[in-house]
Amino acid sequence: MNASNAPSAREPQVSPLHGLLGPCVRSALFVALVTGVAYPLATTGVAQLLWPETASGSLIRQGGTVIGSRLIGQHFTAGHYFHPRPSATTGPDPADHGRTAGVPYNAAASLGSNQGPTHAALIEAVQQRVRNYRRTNGLAAGAAVPVEAVTASASGLDPHISVANARLQMDRVARARQLPMSEIRSLLARHTEGRWLGLLGEPRINVLLLNLALDARQPPATAASASREGEAHVR
Amino acid sequence: MQRDVTAFVLVLALVAGLAMLMGRWLAHAFADERHWPLERLSYRVLGIDPGERMGWARYGLALLLSNAAMMTLGYLVLRVQGLLPLNELGNPAQTPDLAFNTAVSFITNTNWQAYGGETSLSNATQMLAITFLMFCGATAGVAAAGGFIRALGRAGRQDIGNYWVDFTRVLWRVMLPLCFVLALVYVWQGIPQTLDSRAVATTLEGARQQLVLGPVASFETIKHIGTNGGGFFSMNAAHPFENPTPLTNTLHILSMLLIPSALTVTFGLMLARRRQGWVFFAAFLLMFAGFLALVYGAEQGGNPLLAQVGAEQSRSAAQPGGNMEGKEMRFGIAGTALFVTTTTAATTGSVNAMHDSLTPLGGLVPLAQMMLNCVFGGDGVGLINLIQYAILTVFLAGMMIGRTPEFLGKKIEAREIKLVMLSVLAHPASILGFTALAMLWPATGASLANHGAHGFSEVLYAYTSGTANNGSAFAGLNANTPFFNTTIGLAMLIGRYFTLLPLLAVAGSLAAKHTVAEGPGTFPTATPLFMGLLVFVVLTVGGLTFLPALALGPIVEHLQMLAGQLQP
Repeated sequence: MNASNAPSAREPQVSPLHGLLGPCVRSALFVALVTGVAYPLATTGVAQLLWPETASGSLIRQGGTVIGSRLIGQHFTAGHYFHPRPSATTGPDPADHGRTAGVPYNAAASLGSNQGPTHAALIEAVQQRVRNYRRTNGLAAGAAVPVEAVTASASGLDPHISVANARLQMDRVARARQLPMSEIRSLLARHTEGRWLGLLGEPRINVLLLNLALDARQPPATAASASREGEAHVR
Repeated sequence: MQRDVTAFVLVLALVAGLAMLMGRWLAHAFADERHWPLERLSYRVLGIDPGERMGWARYGLALLLSNAAMMTLGYLVLRVQGLLPLNELGNPAQTPDLAFNTAVSFITNTNWQAYGGETSLSNATQMLAITFLMFCGATAGVAAAGGFIRALGRAGRQDIGNYWVDFTRVLWRVMLPLCFVLALVYVWQGIPQTLDSRAVATTLEGARQQLVLGPVASFETIKHIGTNGGGFFSMNAAHPFENPTPLTNTLHILSMLLIPSALTVTFGLMLARRRQGWVFFAAFLLMFAGFLALVYGAEQGGNPLLAQVGAEQSRSAAQPGGNMEGKEMRFGIAGTALFVTTTTAATTGSVNAMHDSLTPLGGLVPLAQMMLNCVFGGDGVGLINLIQYAILTVFLAGMMIGRTPEFLGKKIEAREIKLVMLSVLAHPASILGFTALAMLWPATGASLANHGAHGFSEVLYAYTSGTANNGSAFAGLNANTPFFNTTIGLAMLIGRYFTLLPLLAVAGSLAAKHTVAEGPGTFPTATPLFMGLLVFVVLTVGGLTFLPALALGPIVEHLQMLAGQLQP
């Protein structure tokens, strides 16, 4: 294509390749050093100086041990805890390490379901989750279940649930912990994050932080025994 | 609904405001007579003469060969990952076909990923291979746009500028300072920035949870400002560490649209045709708004099949409603719809939701925008692509009235139209050709996560994303096979260089021509009429080329969804 470039009196005619190879190789090395080494390292240094806590993953510590990150959801199944959204993450099967199995909230390998809207497995899974959700939370057979409570998040690590979802779980948690509803309700209100500037994002509740607040109100051991009594009571 | 529309309008108004600031800054960077000390140092290191004037061929060769050298370096880093430090998780090197695919992907500004970041890359490779290549691809694209615009303003000249100067200036004046400042804002919002690879937590219920950490904030900035799009983590900007709040989500969106929209202003300033620049901006915005409305409506409307099994999808004050499969609670439907539209318009390819799980019409939007490839478009190439359609538009208008078409005071002749058509045709030839090949390839079925119409969409999406240098995916497709790695790698190369180089040639050819005076028969191009015609041509050419393929994928699936037909 360059053959049709008409020669011009003003431009010296040299091969278009002349003197290009050296700069090309040097540009790769130079840009790699600047953008691949100096830039991320300098950013790390300044970030760790200014915001060491968030720069290191917003970790929550109790005593000496890390119990999670404020930003990353955890899997909860116990009756005295609020439950998160379904998660499609997988991991090595605990029974047979050569195989993969569903391991919800595996933060080492984020994953969405990637099931399309007409995929039979998706519809079946949602149907099953709706049934489980109603049973777990003692809802009527036809009760509406918020869509986000029965669909897998994109990352598989979504730390939040909707206000509607949390409200439907309140009754179960209050019973399991034998705490008054008013107390749970005010905890929920305190843990509801609003939209940014009242405009962006959705009102939401961080499940891990809410459950931590519950545990602070009532130590986990007591909660677990109250939960067992509660379950016996329900039956 | 009203709140969401207000949010959309606010974000787009911010895009326009930022475009004016950045557009001015870029125009200054491309025209400045003086070099910064850092730039002079860079010229010395590279061993180049900043005073050299390059014709389009030499300019294009410098871009192509330096990209080749950068890609090779990135490839080598990926292949020796096991020998590098900062690899606490002990990740092995990528295989040759995967490393080829990854290196091509990141140098061409595609950032398609056939690997999961947190499970296969070390912090050293995330910085030295991935962050590095993201800077290279994006900076080269913006530099090329600078050379391209400069060429359009020349008359009777062979040279279109100096590639090294353009590249160095975009790097030092735009990319690095912006990325550094924004990275600190990101860390403040919660995005990690550390050299540690992991933290191990014991959850409240006593399970072991391994959190993967790394230099994420410095990665996120160039990923979006550079319209790159590859994720540090497998689930990309849906991962709470990459996108923890609605504010970071909005900053990602603004970053992606920043340079593509600013270049329309740069164009107007450098050519002293500001109205023309705004006509291009308005054409971008018009198409963007239409696609945004479609995906927002489809996703908020939800999936009737989920409603049938008891999921409540109507919106209320206490829940977002809509199709929430594969979406994150903190963004809801509006924050996701705006992100989906932005990432495929600006051909970034970063995702904050799983596109594979969008409703059929919601999934049609990203596909269609990548097929058109000029709704804002990637850094640099978006404007170049739109100008290619503008040349086609004046050509068609000229044919209708039987005159030689003119654009920006230059006669458009056979050579320009041939080069434009080469670029216009290379794009669908790569998408449709490779999709057809993959559908016939016996092993393709094993890579699909969904079958039927949606399975076809997964394959079509992969080659569209590769060719458009987008990088997002219907991620159910397992693309880490030698066949997909190689063919998608080729699609990315074709998509990048078979549009960039012919258009640089067009620019070079226009630069050499003398300006003709505007006459009564000149079709004015800085008018709303031209804008409408331009959008019409883009949609018509795209529609004629791609509608049959879209009909086989998302449109059939939409009808199946309405009819309640499930796919295995």
